[in-house]
Amino acid sequence: MLKFTAIMLDGLNYSAWLFLVAVGLTLIYGVMRILNIAHGAFYAIGAYVCASTLGLYYGAGLPEALAFLAMGLVALIAGVVLGLAVERGVLRFLYGKDEVLMVLVTYALFLILGDAVKLIWGVESYFVYQPYAYFGFVEIGGLPYQVYDLLMVVLAVVLGVALWFWLERSRMGRMTTAVVADREISAAMGINVKRIFATTFAIGTFFAVVGGAVTAPKIAVTPGIGVEVIILAFAVVVIGGLGSIPGAAIGAVFAGYARALSVHLAPEFELFAIYAVMAAVLAVRPHGLFAKVSGRKI
Amino acid sequence: MTQTMMKTDFRREPVYIAVLALLLIAGFFLPSWLRFLLQTALAGGLVALGVAIQMRAGLVNFGQGLYYCLGGYAVGLLSAKLGITDVFVLLASAVVVALLAGALLGLLLARYREIFYAMLSLAVSMILYGVLVKAAALGSTDGFNVPPVTYLGWLPEREIRADVVYTLAAVLVVVSCLVVARYLRSGAGMLCEAVAENEIRLEYLGASPKRIVFFVIVTAAGISGLGGGLLAISTGHVDPLMTNWTTSGGFVFVALLAGRGSTIAPVIGFFLLELVQTYALDIAPNAWQMILGAVMLAAILLLPGGLWSLIDRRGKA
Repeated sequence: MLKFTAIMLDGLNYSAWLFLVAVGLTLIYGVMRILNIAHGAFYAIGAYVCASTLGLYYGAGLPEALAFLAMGLVALIAGVVLGLAVERGVLRFLYGKDEVLMVLVTYALFLILGDAVKLIWGVESYFVYQPYAYFGFVEIGGLPYQVYDLLMVVLAVVLGVALWFWLERSRMGRMTTAVVADREISAAMGINVKRIFATTFAIGTFFAVVGGAVTAPKIAVTPGIGVEVIILAFAVVVIGGLGSIPGAAIGAVFAGYARALSVHLAPEFELFAIYAVMAAVLAVRPHGLFAKVSGRKI
Repeated sequence: MTQTMMKTDFRREPVYIAVLALLLIAGFFLPSWLRFLLQTALAGGLVALGVAIQMRAGLVNFGQGLYYCLGGYAVGLLSAKLGITDVFVLLASAVVVALLAGALLGLLLARYREIFYAMLSLAVSMILYGVLVKAAALGSTDGFNVPPVTYLGWLPEREIRADVVYTLAAVLVVVSCLVVARYLRSGAGMLCEAVAENEIRLEYLGASPKRIVFFVIVTAAGISGLGGGLLAISTGHVDPLMTNWTTSGGFVFVALLAGRGSTIAPVIGFFLLELVQTYALDIAPNAWQMILGAVMLAAILLLPGGLWSLIDRRGKA
């Protein structure tokens, strides 16, 4: 019974985390048709920036409760700056190129940013456990559980709903949806597609950075943490259907529970489990659960 | 089609014979570290060639390392665990294992195109990676060593062992490139490009794109398996990194950079990549990936037609 509770809660927690790291990837792909491997590097940078900031913050002896505000603020700044820098600095010269070529471009960016992280922060680990310990434990079904982990679920839901709201209700979001449907017609209707691209990329990057920032207090922040993330995020996004935000949510739940189940029942198959789910889904729905069907052209 | 028939001089047999002769002669003069690098590049070059063949059919395989790794582990397991040391048996089994895996996966992957083909093949290779990393009996992330091989019962003396392996690798790789070049010139090979151009029209003409794609996947798997086997024999070691996505990413990069000019081009491209990697690692141990990434970006931005386009351009002018 205790194990069941643990699986349910861990599954929820993993799902929230996977959603945070995967939703930016799917957003960027949906709008820009770029499968952004550098997403993993953005995640890592988020974790490092958060760790450094919190280190300085606690070092200055500022009130502990406001550390979370600092985390959020720094993630926002880092996400926007990083996203715009990469989009304006590199990607905008390559729009209209083949999708697969763009994968290679972002792969090159991933390599560059990965080493940039090493040059800036060095190779030793960073620990900032304070925010994780701050909320303490709550007992659920006889199992003490970290409140921080539960708050991550809340954060994922809030950010997911906010993103949905932005896309569906705001002017900019509607324009973004129009660009997804047809880039050229939208441009002809007077939508500034370039600005939509830059904004989308910044938002997507922000999600990756937030994912890294909220994870930083739970782990040792070391070089190489971005690699695993990108592999997992791909699986999540492919399960849900590339470019679909509800798909990313459902994919995150599938993959999250697959991971929780395997961690508790068969730990040696952790990575394998997520990919097995992915292969199973694709065998039934070849382009993911929420993918749009597209006709074949002559 | 006239395009492909035009520059025959780079595709014909004498070119391959010349390359082989050059490789064999170079084997005597190159410093041993450079020759070793060339040798591993020959093995990896075959995998890049496998990726390049699929690219002709419009398919980009981001997990070709899978067959590289399977070939390597097939050789490793047979020699280290079962005591089979004959190089020809080992390499043949590497190819067979890769062909079988290719046929099995081909059934699934032949349905997919474009980014899905890329990501799904990546996923499959990462499953193997995940399994191997956890397999303590196979040395987990460290992999394991492969004992020296024999040639029809002859075990070369320690001093000339490297020479023999190098010669074998050079011959096998160049012959493989030649065979692939002939295949690409054949009717079946030409159909690959038609798949990339327009599948539905191809169906109207009576050909089956699915069957063509399946055949391409299996062929590419076979030569990649041979590459993996050669690497295992060359370095005397195999590890799960062979099927990691970063390895496969390198193959895709090389195949793209090599372009469509010649089947030798991916091998040369992979050698250049290895050289860049070695020098970058030497100059900046903490930032070699940054240099590699920058070179990749520069190549993609500045040479959209691949390295071969440099020669093509000169030919046209």
